[in-house]
Amino acid sequence: MTAEKQDSDSHASKRREMTGAEMVVQALIDQGVKDIFGYPGGAVLPIYDELFQQDKINHILVRHEQGAGHAAEGYARSTGTVGVMLVTSGPGATNAVTPLQDALMDSIPLVCISGQVPTSLIGSDAFQECDTVGITRPCTKHNWLIKDVNDLARVLHEAFHVAKTGRPGPVLVDIPKDVQFATGMYTPPETAPRTSYNPKVQGDIEAIKQAVALLASAKRPVIYSGGGVVNSGDEASRLLRELVEISNFPITSTLMGLGAYPASGKNWLGMLGMHGTYEANMVMHDCDVMLNIGARFDDRITGRLNAFSPNSKKIHIDIDPSSINKSVRVDIPIIGDVANVLEDMVRLMRASSVQPDKKAIGEWWSQIDKWRARKSLSYTRNKDVIMPQHALERLYALTKDHDTYITTEVGQHQMWAAQFYGFEKPNRWMTSGGLGTMGYGLPAALGVQIAHPNSLVIDIAGDASVQMTMQEMSAAVQYNAPIKIFILNNQYMGMVRQWQQLLHGNRLSHSYTEALPDFVKLAEAYGGHGIRCEKPGDLDDAIQEMLDVKKPVLFDCRVANLANCFPMIPSGKAHNEMLLPDEATDEAVANAIDAKGRQLV
Amino acid sequence: MNAQNLASGSAYFIAKETELPVTTVLSVLVDNEPGVLARVIGLFSGRGYNIESLTVSETEHEQHLSRITIVTRGTPHVLDQIRHQLERIVPVHRVVDLSVRAGELGNEKPIQRELALVKVAGFGDNRNEALRLAEAFHAKVVDATVEHFIFEITGKGSKLDQFIAIMKPIGLVEICRTGVAAMNRGAQGM
Repeated sequence: MTAEKQDSDSHASKRREMTGAEMVVQALIDQGVKDIFGYPGGAVLPIYDELFQQDKINHILVRHEQGAGHAAEGYARSTGTVGVMLVTSGPGATNAVTPLQDALMDSIPLVCISGQVPTSLIGSDAFQECDTVGITRPCTKHNWLIKDVNDLARVLHEAFHVAKTGRPGPVLVDIPKDVQFATGMYTPPETAPRTSYNPKVQGDIEAIKQAVALLASAKRPVIYSGGGVVNSGDEASRLLRELVEISNFPITSTLMGLGAYPASGKNWLGMLGMHGTYEANMVMHDCDVMLNIGARFDDRITGRLNAFSPNSKKIHIDIDPSSINKSVRVDIPIIGDVANVLEDMVRLMRASSVQPDKKAIGEWWSQIDKWRARKSLSYTRNKDVIMPQHALERLYALTKDHDTYITTEVGQHQMWAAQFYGFEKPNRWMTSGGLGTMGYGLPAALGVQIAHPNSLVIDIAGDASVQMTMQEMSAAVQYNAPIKIFILNNQYMGMVRQWQQLLHGNRLSHSYTEALPDFVKLAEAYGGHGIRCEKPGDLDDAIQEMLDVKKPVLFDCRVANLANCFPMIPSGKAHNEMLLPDEATDEAVANAIDAKGRQLV
Repeated sequence: MNAQNLASGSAYFIAKETELPVTTVLSVLVDNEPGVLARVIGLFSGRGYNIESLTVSETEHEQHLSRITIVTRGTPHVLDQIRHQLERIVPVHRVVDLSVRAGELGNEKPIQRELALVKVAGFGDNRNEALRLAEAFHAKVVDATVEHFIFEITGKGSKLDQFIAIMKPIGLVEICRTGVAAMNRGAQGM
């Protein structure tokens, strides 16, 4: 098919005959896809041949299929649309497993199209064959193996529908090579979804009324918001801000929910959980009414479950009924999409004759101010060595006025980024929360930069994580994606080491990297730009240089090697048993976790 | 046993389970498409739930619907999770806890039936005894030679257990059981 011919078809695509490979491209166009991330191979060559002969879909060639997946995740999360990846059979599909599971745990809409060996060879241990739908069944929201080309178009449209509706997630469509060559009938997207899949978006109004009444009676309330607010869209964030404004309730958020409420907002307590702020965790522990909006009581949030917020009534808004009462029993569950539920909630709150008790909430705020005064994120500056927290404070100061998107890898740097970088808007923060995938940030930054070519995209990285997907620097250079990889380099797997100090008698088993690449030369080898900074005094100029360079940058920020991430709820402890930075002496750290807690993670 | 009930060994913050486990029967209506059973079974193994019995068959041919009947055991909280997790599977139309529903209808339990084929071999008195017992249990002879019978028996699981136990000393050779089929009493559908 020629590009000209496709032009006339693409706007109002109708039922017509085409090959399976053509259908893939046509379905992507009909679904409004502009960019996809992928890697060719034997079993997807017909699709790549179609991609070659058109110019509507922009294909980004990554260097490893895991990179394609994380790039598509970054793309999806920063745009609020579906990310698309295209991989070949066998190793292409198995390499996609990590990003699929990552997207499943963080509820990121992702469509993975994988090639498969021809139908007649399935089950024969053919070259580059694997049971892709079997392998990816537990790490996708749903998956399909296409055996008949006449099912392909319908399934592709259904795949997009399933990925983006309800609780979003990854899906996979496995297409054998003979189906890609075969000719069949293409059908345009349908509006009617399959009957067995019908997620509920509107909350039960009676439950919302009860929730509003409970909130109005609260003396020590807290709003605990999560990634569901971001996933629900801009309107959900706007309503969340309105809710905080009219109620004057304190608000904290999970790692995934950062940015839904602005970090500069006066009711903001900072992130909660294992490395959350003292005030956020104390508020959670002592509150009398908790409003959970689109979060899932993750174990990094709750600490010891039987000591989690022991005296509160809990309201939980979630689109996924299986999230309700999964780990924490709640008093008022509301199943629905955050934006729909908050719209009702805000409206009812405004109309309600019973308003929050201003005096009680005033007293609650004075208690919160005492906790805030504890300054749980404080650290000791150093003239000679860059403290990682300081590096992030400077990075924030110098980039906050830009149109900035932040991604991270996983580890100490990720927690510091969450603590010290202020997010004002949703969809600006891309991080691997549930799965904790080291190597997420660099390809995710690539995906974000492809979606937002003129924005500033920074991957706050660690020296260990960044090497897991370093090869995507090559893709970034190829597509002129000027991503900035800001590496907090302490030569350790810092979080692993921190846990070894806490749990394993300071025996630092294999958490020190004896040999690191010269990141500056590595950047140059890829055709990017390398910067090294070793002194606090040079930091601002170096960051400025990073911002001025219009190329991918590896910034090797040499930070204090043994700095640890505090505050921290040691495992097996409750929210009110935090280890604060000024109390975290070597001895306190060594004794923070008792024998029982040691079995936990 | 369910992973959530284990006091230690499993990682993370685990609250001690105070509820007692109960047995329940779930009816799951699914699209009859490839892989759907694997999704259901994978959910049970992946999340550490129990399957005590499982039957599946297409029940509405034109709509391509299959009905899966699962007997499972867990605390009420875990059973609730199982139901919600099953409902998340895209080709799953409905999940009904038949035991809970039976309670709502004022019945003790849903009707549960199982079929077994039981092969018994032997001579002389044992043969007579086997036939006499089969008659008492309303088991049918579906195959016989001078040295064996195959009985077909239908009923509650406990009845089948009892029949099999009695046949053991008489010359039990092999057993095949279908697993539980279940539905609730009354005019209403699931």
